[in-house]
Amino acid sequence: MNDFRIPLGTWVDGFIEYITDTFGFLFDIIRAVFDGAFEVVAFLLVAPPFWVIIVIAAALAYATRGWKFAVGSVVGLALIVGVDQWENAMDTLALVLVASLLAIAISVPLGILAAKSKAASSIIRPVLDFMQTMPAFVYLIPALILFRVGVVPGIVATIIFAMAPGVRLTELGIRGVDKEVVEAGQAFGASPWRILRQIQLPLAMPTIMAGINQVIMLSLSMVVIAGMVGAGGLGAQVVASLNRIDVALGFEAGLAVVILAIFLDRLTAALGTSDTPLGRFLGARKRGRQQALAA
Amino acid sequence: MTEIIAVKADRLYKAFGRRPSEMVKKLSAGASRSEVSPLGTAAVIDASFEVKRGEIFVVMGLSGSGKSTLIRMLNGLLDATSGTVTVAGKPITGIPAKALREIRRSSISMVFQHFALLPHRTVIDNVAYGLEVQGIGREERLERARTIIRLVGLDGWADSLPSELSGGMRQRVGLGRALAADTDVLLMDEAFSALDPLIRREMQEQLIELQAELGKTIIFITHDLNEAMFLGDRIAVMRDGRIVQIGTPEEILTDPANDYVAQFVQDVDRARVLTASSVMEPVRSVVTINAGPRAALRTMRDLQTSATFVVNRDRTFAGVVRDRDVLRLVKAGETDLRTIIRDTATAVTPDTALVDLVEASVESDLPIAVVDEKNRLVGVIPRVTLLAAIGNVTTNTGELPVVEPAATISVSLITETLRETALEGAQL
Repeated sequence: MNDFRIPLGTWVDGFIEYITDTFGFLFDIIRAVFDGAFEVVAFLLVAPPFWVIIVIAAALAYATRGWKFAVGSVVGLALIVGVDQWENAMDTLALVLVASLLAIAISVPLGILAAKSKAASSIIRPVLDFMQTMPAFVYLIPALILFRVGVVPGIVATIIFAMAPGVRLTELGIRGVDKEVVEAGQAFGASPWRILRQIQLPLAMPTIMAGINQVIMLSLSMVVIAGMVGAGGLGAQVVASLNRIDVALGFEAGLAVVILAIFLDRLTAALGTSDTPLGRFLGARKRGRQQALAA
Repeated sequence: MTEIIAVKADRLYKAFGRRPSEMVKKLSAGASRSEVSPLGTAAVIDASFEVKRGEIFVVMGLSGSGKSTLIRMLNGLLDATSGTVTVAGKPITGIPAKALREIRRSSISMVFQHFALLPHRTVIDNVAYGLEVQGIGREERLERARTIIRLVGLDGWADSLPSELSGGMRQRVGLGRALAADTDVLLMDEAFSALDPLIRREMQEQLIELQAELGKTIIFITHDLNEAMFLGDRIAVMRDGRIVQIGTPEEILTDPANDYVAQFVQDVDRARVLTASSVMEPVRSVVTINAGPRAALRTMRDLQTSATFVVNRDRTFAGVVRDRDVLRLVKAGETDLRTIIRDTATAVTPDTALVDLVEASVESDLPIAVVDEKNRLVGVIPRVTLLAAIGNVTTNTGELPVVEPAATISVSLITETLRETALEGAQL
C-alpha cells in the first residue's frame, strides 16, 4: 500500500514538456506580443515627467468622482514620488494595466457565453474554481518554463489568477437582467445580438464593472509574486527587501502598492455608476441633443 | 360586419418537463393535469380560440392557471409543445427564428405587467423602441413616437427617464411603445395589475377609448374578474391550464359553464356588468293605443296591476296609463287613450348597465321600459327583477312575482264598470 502513488505530477510535467517542445514557437509569439505591449505601456508611463502623469491621474479622478478624489490622488502619487518609487510604481501600473486589459478581454466574452449557454457555464465554472484557488506560485513554474524569466510569465500568471471574477460577475450580471425587459426586446422582434448590446450589457454594466474592478484589484495583488520571476517594478522591490530584511524599503514599496490599489479601485468602482461629473456631463449632452432634435 | 380572425389558437399545449411531448400525448388521451404531474408541469392544455379583429379578448384566471404561458405562445416567446398559433393568417408555430422576429415586428406587440421599460433610455426612446427594431430612421421614429406620447397623455415627459415616472405613467410608456410599433395585435400581460386601483380604472377607461379610436385587436390577460368584465368583448376563463368557458361578460355571469366559473363570478360587481337586456322581462301588461281604454282596463284586471304600458301601432313605446285614469275614461265613455298617457315611465336602451337603472327604479314605482334603437318596447324591468339581478338571488326569474305596481282598484269594481259601460255589441 505504501508503494502506491498516483504519478499525477509526473504526468503534468510530461504534458508541459510536450507542449513546450511542440508549441514552443507559439509561446514565443505570445511572449513577444505581451512583452511588446508591456514595453509600450511602461514607456508611456515612465517617459513623461512624473507631474504629467499625476495631472492626468488627477483629471481622471475628478471626472469620475469629483475634486476630493482628485486631491487624494495627487497627494498619494506625490508620496510615491517622495519615497523614490515612481519608476517602479509605473512599471507595476503598466503590468497591471496590460494584464487586466487582457483578462477583461478574455473574461467578459466568456462571461457572456456562460450566461447564454448552460452547457458553457457548467464547463467554465469548475475551470474558474481551479484557476482561482490553485496557489498562484504553482502557475509560475510552467509559466517560467514556457515564457522564460521576465515580465511575461508574471503577466500570464496574473491573467489566469485575476480573470475569474470578471467571468463570474459578467455571467451573474447578464443572468440578473430583468427577464421581462429581455422578453420585451424579443417581443418587439429584436435579434439576440441587439438584445445583448442594447439591453443585457447596459443593464448588467454595474455588475460587470464590479467584476472588472475585482480583476484589477486581483492583478495588483499578484505584482509581488510576479516580482519573484523578474517582472521588476514594486514587486521586485518587495522581494528584494524580503531577501535583505530591509523594513524601510519593504514598507515604502508596499505603501506604493497600496496607493496604486486605492487609486485604481476608486477609479473603476466609479465607472459602474453614471452619477459622476463625467456621467452627468454625458447625460446632459445626450438630452440636449434630443431636445434639439425635438425642436 | 365581416369578421376577420386576427389571432387563432388551435389545440395549444405547453408542457414543461423532461419529456413534454409524452405529456401532451397523455393529456390529449384524457389524462388530467395532476396525473401527468410526475413528468412535469402542464401549463396549457388544449387551448383553442379565435380572436376577431378589433376585439378585446380577455383571458382570465388565477395565478398558475396558465394564462401567462398562453399569451407567451401567441407571439412565440414560448414554443408551443403542440398545436398551432396563427397571427394575421400566418402561422407562427414551427417557423424559423428570423421569420418569427419579422412577425413580431410587423404584427404583434406586447405590454408587460412590470412595464419592462429600458431604464437607461428616455421615454421617447422607449416608445420608439419597436420602430428602432423595425429599422426606421431616427428622425421618423422620434416623430411618430412624439405623436404616440401625446396620444397616451405623456406630453412633456418625452425626455424623462422611466425612473422619474410614477407606475401609471410608466405603463403609459409601455402602452405607447406597443402602440408605436403599429401592429394590429396587442398582447397585454396583466398590464394594469401592478397599478393601484384608481390608476387602474383610469387606464382601463383609456384603453377602451384608444381601442375605439385605433381599432386594435387586444388580447388582455388578467386575474381580476371586474377588469375582465369591464374590458372584455369576450372572456376566456382559464383553470388549471384549460379554458373552461369562452363568452361575453354577460354570458359568463348569467350562464356560467360550471361551478368553478359560477363561484368565480359570484363576487363580481354585477350591477356594472349586467345590462338591461340581460335581466329584462317580457312585457305582459301592454296594450296598443288603438285598443282603447276598455282593453287597457281589462288587461290590468287580468294581470292585477295598476298600470299598463301603451305602444303605438308600430310597437314604438308611447307611455303608461294608470288604472284610475282609465276607469275615469271608461266611465266617461271616452275612447281615446292618448289623453291620459303619462310619460313618467323611464325608457332605457338594452345596453344600459344595471347600476344606471337604480335611480330610475327608486323614483318611480313603474317598471322601467326597455326600448331598442327604433324606440320599440322590447321588455320591462320591474324593481324586484332589478334587485334580484343585482343580488344574484336566482337566475330563474320566471318564478318571480313581476306584477307591479300592485292593483289599487279591486277586480270586482273593474268588472262592474266594464259591464255597466258595455255598449251594444261590445264583448264581455
